[in-house]
Amino acid sequence: MKLILHVWRQKNPAQAGRMVRYEANDVNPDMSMVELLDVVNEELILKSEEPIAFEHDCREGICGSCGFMINGIAHGPEAATTVCQLSMRHFKDGDELYIEPWRAKAFPIIKDLVVDRSAFDRIIEAGGYISVPTGSAPDGNVILVPKDASDRAMDAAACIGCGACVAACPNASAALFTGAKIAHLGLLPQGQPERHQRALSMVRQFNAEQFGSCTNIGECEAVCPKEIKLEVIARMNRDFIHASLS
Amino acid sequence: MLLDSRAPSGPIEKLWDQARFEMKLVNPANKRKHTIIVVGSGLAGASAAATLGELGYNVKCFCFQDSPRRAHSIAAQGGINAAKNYHGDGDSVFRLFYDTLKGGDFRSREPNVYRLAQISVDIIDQCVAQGVPFAREYGGTLANRSFGGAQVSRTFYARGQTGQQLLLGAYQALERQVDSGHVQMFPRTEMLDLVVVDGHARGIVTRNLVTGRIESHAADSVVLATGGYGNVYFLSTNAKGSNCTAIWRAYKHGAAFANPCFTQIHPTCIPVSGEYQSKLTLMSESLRNDGRIWVPKKAKDKRPPNQIPEDERDYYLERRYPSFGNLVPRDVASRNAKAVCDEGRGVGETGLGVYLDFSDAIRQFGVDLVRERYGNLFEMYQRITDEDPYKVPMRIYPAMHYAMGGLWVDYFLMSTIPGLFVTGEANFSDHGANRLGASALMQGLSDGYFVLPYTVGDYIAGTKLEKIDASHSAFTRAEAGVTELTARLLGIQGRRTVDWFHRRLGKIMWDDCGMSRTAAGLESAISQIRELREEYWKDVKVAGSADDLNQSLEKAGRVADFFELGELMCLDALHRKESCGGHFREEYQTADGEAQRNDEEFSYVAAWEYKGADQAPVLHKEPLTFEYVHPSQRSYK
Ligand SMILES: Cc1cc2nc3c(=O)[nH]c(=O)nc-3n(C[C@H](O)[C@H](O)[C@H](O)COP(=O)(O)OP(=O)(O)OC[C@H]3O[C@@H](n4cnc5c(N)ncnc54)[C@H](O)[C@@H]3O)c2cc1C
Ligand code: SF4
Ligand code: FES
Repeated sequence: MKLILHVWRQKNPAQAGRMVRYEANDVNPDMSMVELLDVVNEELILKSEEPIAFEHDCREGICGSCGFMINGIAHGPEAATTVCQLSMRHFKDGDELYIEPWRAKAFPIIKDLVVDRSAFDRIIEAGGYISVPTGSAPDGNVILVPKDASDRAMDAAACIGCGACVAACPNASAALFTGAKIAHLGLLPQGQPERHQRALSMVRQFNAEQFGSCTNIGECEAVCPKEIKLEVIARMNRDFIHASLS
Repeated sequence: MLLDSRAPSGPIEKLWDQARFEMKLVNPANKRKHTIIVVGSGLAGASAAATLGELGYNVKCFCFQDSPRRAHSIAAQGGINAAKNYHGDGDSVFRLFYDTLKGGDFRSREPNVYRLAQISVDIIDQCVAQGVPFAREYGGTLANRSFGGAQVSRTFYARGQTGQQLLLGAYQALERQVDSGHVQMFPRTEMLDLVVVDGHARGIVTRNLVTGRIESHAADSVVLATGGYGNVYFLSTNAKGSNCTAIWRAYKHGAAFANPCFTQIHPTCIPVSGEYQSKLTLMSESLRNDGRIWVPKKAKDKRPPNQIPEDERDYYLERRYPSFGNLVPRDVASRNAKAVCDEGRGVGETGLGVYLDFSDAIRQFGVDLVRERYGNLFEMYQRITDEDPYKVPMRIYPAMHYAMGGLWVDYFLMSTIPGLFVTGEANFSDHGANRLGASALMQGLSDGYFVLPYTVGDYIAGTKLEKIDASHSAFTRAEAGVTELTARLLGIQGRRTVDWFHRRLGKIMWDDCGMSRTAAGLESAISQIRELREEYWKDVKVAGSADDLNQSLEKAGRVADFFELGELMCLDALHRKESCGGHFREEYQTADGEAQRNDEEFSYVAAWEYKGADQAPVLHKEPLTFEYVHPSQRSYK
């Protein structure tokens, strides 16, 4: 099958970017979206043009490296699917795909589809952990964890830090990402001692970066490849308010 | 070159205690004056960097991804072993030690493996305390499953995302140290050379992957935690960026490379579907607990699976290995899949596949239970193949997965270059010729949280190092070398892309140094690799420039190293005239086609020393002795 791609090309943060049109003539329906870009890039290199820069590593939807907008949707049209797992059989011959980087002030563009997501690391650095020095832990079964708590913690912990939630949000808020970590740790008995301080520090950091605030629109949940639920944001707000009042 | 394992002697269960007692300590007030470089932020690197930072050292940690959280460890699915014996099913430290040594086909060092089994229990405690959401029983205790053929339930897991959760635990511990100022993180930074001064590892030279800047970093000790080299085969289950560059460049400075030919082919991966294919996806081997593997009895039988009657199917693993059946170790399962496909009985369009069938399990336990156990894996399979495994059997085929070989290290995880430590998949230490499922995560965290923090300290306390910084001439020389290599790659401007070459290299390695090997095949592989490498340096085309983000250039440097490593792997496979673990030499098999080890001649670690670009590497042997476990022929019949 044949597809028309319009891809955002931008040499570096200083230069202006623009959409460039490419034709992919020999698309195999079993390919993934990033394999399609590989094929386009091979041709560009042989024509002495610079290949399209995009991030990827695991190519199985778990590392969170990949991600871009396809026709205005973060990670493209398939629910719960990163672009590295998005199979071309979801498109049909002649489709036009508009491929753009995440657009958010907090994620400045580095090149083409590659953006700087280090703000996420700084949010974790601010308190997204349990302070437990190596070697100081009690036996793993000393503190029992109800199955339900561990299952719900796991649901939240599944976040891969891809940034789609920010890209989809009209406010470019990082509430879903931040809430997911606060919920993961806050649902476990091990996470209780630092629970409120953690919420306070992480939310402060999130506000200090260039993210917007959450107005409960829900676009983030719709695009999240790991199906993180909006309720993590409610949890974050509760913990944050509790911490601010005490 | 001296290969002294420095393993203490005495009763095996006391060795690690004794070694720790004998180690020299660094005065706490002085720790921050010592800089330690950790290259890699996977399980091995992140755990080491976090713990060293916590101890007060000044740590610099590097990774090539945009965040340490994305290291390839994130992709591990199945689980992590630990000898907790929470189920009272007969597990113990000694049994885990025994299983690991036997699973590795008696090609690893007893004291290291024993220590690994001992530490395994502390890892679980540490990770639970960090908030890793391991699966739980209804009573709130930790759940376990049996994995990869183990006959006890010792595998801890977090759904199908164990690696992700363990890595996030380590990453968060690392970020805590970044926050406290003990660790400085350098993401999007690739190590391109090691700097050795007066025989000691004293730093690295890196390229900033965004600006292209070549930079030097000096230190008192360097830790490499850069992962495995499975991507030498081009197609593998590894992440696309996984590479051998850091360990290869250290090898060129005198770090011995051990058992490079010991690679693991995983039996349950989704088969290759086309020319464009960029990587292979692993299907967790837990599927073999309930799925039955078969092919048609007749060659070239193109009927759809549901039209092949029961008596025309060959459940070949159950037939050949009645006691282990579908749960034989990875190497055995992979080799048998290849054998039936070589006989023309493979399935799917390419004939390179076997069925993994759940229809009996669905009949027996009901679709709901099967969904509960494997739902996410079935979904993943369907996403990729567009086939529904609840209705049609899965098709699977082996794929390159893990490198047991790596840089040689002693009991203290130090390489043959003093001050250079190697950890995780990048070293050769604990898995012998074959790794058991759920043991790599255990090894990475054992090394990083519990071994290196002691042994690096011992080295620093016991070594008088001259004060140097990055202005030392050794750094300027290394920087010049790296800059020149980059310019050379960009200057060729030939007619073929890096991937074009990489695919061809991978094909040679897979055909001749993959699941089964012969002397003739290996010799031909060596000459083909040399030819292709020569062509590479004349005809490769790398786009873009040296001074900005250039992914094509990054790949080009990595593939240049893969060529050289590939040749060494073949050389090692050629010299090892026996079959053991993942290394199967067709010439050395028993009458019924099983691997035939030769302990008399090959019970040693093969450590290769680099002698220069146009010289053959020199082989050194570290003899392996077994005091506690007597080597026996593995049998899964
Ligand atoms: C699909 C899959 C599933 C698996 N499942 C399991 C399982 O269930 N259980 C189990 O025990 N094992 C499993 N394994 C194996 C296990 O995941 C790996 O062996 C292990 O995670 C390796 O960890 P590591 O820390 O050594 O390296 P990695 O996690 O690969 O980390 C390497 C690090 O080094 C950095 N790096 C590399 N080169 C450079 C350079 N030149 N400069 C700077 N940085 C560099 C990278 O950025 C990265 O941070 C699985 C492997 C795969 C592929
Ligand atoms: S919450 Fe979802 S969309 Fe946001 S970073 Fe995590 S996985 Fe990506
Ligand atoms: S490349 Fe890892 S999630 Fe897509």
